[in-house]
Amino acid sequence: MYEHDITLTVNGATEELTVESRTLLVHALRDGLDYTGPNVGCESGKCGVCTVHLDGEAVKSCTLLAVQADGGEVTTVEGLAGEKGGTAGVDDPADALHPIQRAFHEEHGLQCGYCTPGMVMTAAQVLEENPDPSREAIRASLKGNICRCTGYHNVVNAVESAADSLRNLDAPTGGR
Amino acid sequence: MFPPQFGYRRAGSVAEAVDLLAEFSDRDVRVLAGGHGLLPDLKAGREAPDVLVDIGGIDDLRYVEAGDGAVAVGALTTYADAVESEALWSRATAFAEAVSRVGDVQIRNRGTVGGNLAQADPSADPPAAALASEATLVARGPDGVREVDAAKFFAGGGGTALRDGEILTEVRLPTADGAEKREAAVGGAYVKKTHPASGYALVGVAAVVTVEDGRVTDARVAVDGVTDPPRRLAPVESALEGESADADSVDSAADRAAEGVDPEAAVSDAYASGAYRVEVLSVHVRRALETALDRATGAAATPTGPPHRSAAADGGDRR
Ligand SMILES: Cc1cc2nc3c(=O)[nH]c(=O)nc-3n(C[C@H](O)[C@H](O)[C@H](O)COP(=O)(O)OP(=O)(O)OC[C@H]3O[C@@H](n4cnc5c(N)ncnc54)[C@H](O)[C@@H]3O)c2cc1C
Ligand code: FES
Ligand code: FES
Repeated sequence: MYEHDITLTVNGATEELTVESRTLLVHALRDGLDYTGPNVGCESGKCGVCTVHLDGEAVKSCTLLAVQADGGEVTTVEGLAGEKGGTAGVDDPADALHPIQRAFHEEHGLQCGYCTPGMVMTAAQVLEENPDPSREAIRASLKGNICRCTGYHNVVNAVESAADSLRNLDAPTGGR
Repeated sequence: MFPPQFGYRRAGSVAEAVDLLAEFSDRDVRVLAGGHGLLPDLKAGREAPDVLVDIGGIDDLRYVEAGDGAVAVGALTTYADAVESEALWSRATAFAEAVSRVGDVQIRNRGTVGGNLAQADPSADPPAAALASEATLVARGPDGVREVDAAKFFAGGGGTALRDGEILTEVRLPTADGAEKREAAVGGAYVKKTHPASGYALVGVAAVVTVEDGRVTDARVAVDGVTDPPRRLAPVESALEGESADADSVDSAADRAAEGVDPEAAVSDAYASGAYRVEVLSVHVRRALETALDRATGAAATPTGPPHRSAAADGGDRR
């Protein structure tokens, strides 16, 4: 009852591991499986740096037990480049980027980068649901992601520019 | 912050959950739903249960069902799922709006409507809306199913009418149906001043009003973030009932918001004292009533939901 064998699909790979009841998903990912994309900041569900997707939805992995995620599909920022529009498998894997990641790079949407994995994962769900958000909508949707460096302006620019690229990808005539 | 050691069991059905709670009844056993109330408490050392019974996988308790006299929401429905229901918006507007104002995208993806009501945090959004909606909460335990009025559910200090071994399965929001609705127009609203750090309500007000022939025939107003437990504001309600449905009536009713609310006993923290919260209560009551009345009379459209499930419904703060 205090230890559990669980199975997670992380970025498409099946991972089996043993966790304590109290092990948080973020620690299982980072310490157990070496996915260090999700960071640990406030540890209380407020800052969003630990955001990953669980079964397709953005969640704060510091406020989730690893056992609660048993059987689930997790995507961390490391797996995003493998999704639609990403360049995984094309370039050197270390350089592979998703359009949202590329937009953060190009728009200077980060300084220290600590908040970036969480920002990117939240933005990924929001852009999936709303391909053409207003700046106000982008700001509101990132309420649960705190940045101590950028002042958010370039973060919003990055999400806006990522939305453009993703829409072009879907446009019948466009695409890269 | 690691939670202390505890045992964990996953329940596949409501019956199994009730059995597991009974099996561990000699220990400190807790239900785990979304975990967004309980896990922060465990990490901060405010709670140290022996065993958690995880009901998060019971899909039977995820639904929004529009029935004849009520809209029923399954306890494990996440906020994000709940706000996708147009029926919830059109028929239980105040409750839908309160749910849509909880936390942020990630919190709304995980937290559950039932978990929120069971947590009974005085600064949570849905409890006031449940009070103003005169909701019924449905619990199931070893002795079967029990219904509790929202008015008798919240006990203060996080306590509720739930008994040991019981789980909350549904919240039922009564709505005017069919013929009745055509005669009288009902409008609801939830207005919130958001706590800058926690995201909970500094002050939240839920209002449900019924207008017939230009008069307010029924007014229900409840507040969270100020009193513990959240409660109805009877002086406001009685001041508005029978009056004409206009701004003057709303103003004089809202002026009575602080009547009987003791600032000394009000919720208070480093950001906002009890006195401050009571001070800004009446302006939020006025806004909630104005919006609810406009929606009842058709002066403003009743929202049909956020544009998509993760969208923030932030209107109440910036108006
Ligand atoms: C950063 C942050 C911001 C937040 N902001 C807000 C906000 O703005 N407004 C707001 O209202 N809330 C807010 N919350 C609280 C959040 O909404 C929680 O989801 C909610 O309080 C509890 O729901 P849960 O499903 O996560 O329940 P859990 O955490 O799993 O459970 C909470 C409590 O209820 C009990 N319980 C849960 N489900 C049941 C059931 N079906 N039957 C019996 N007992 C049950 C548990 O035993 C536990 O005691 C916030 C939380 C965080 C972490
Ligand atoms: S570390 Fe998870 S929200 Fe801050
Ligand atoms: S870039 Fe440093 S916290 Fe956001």
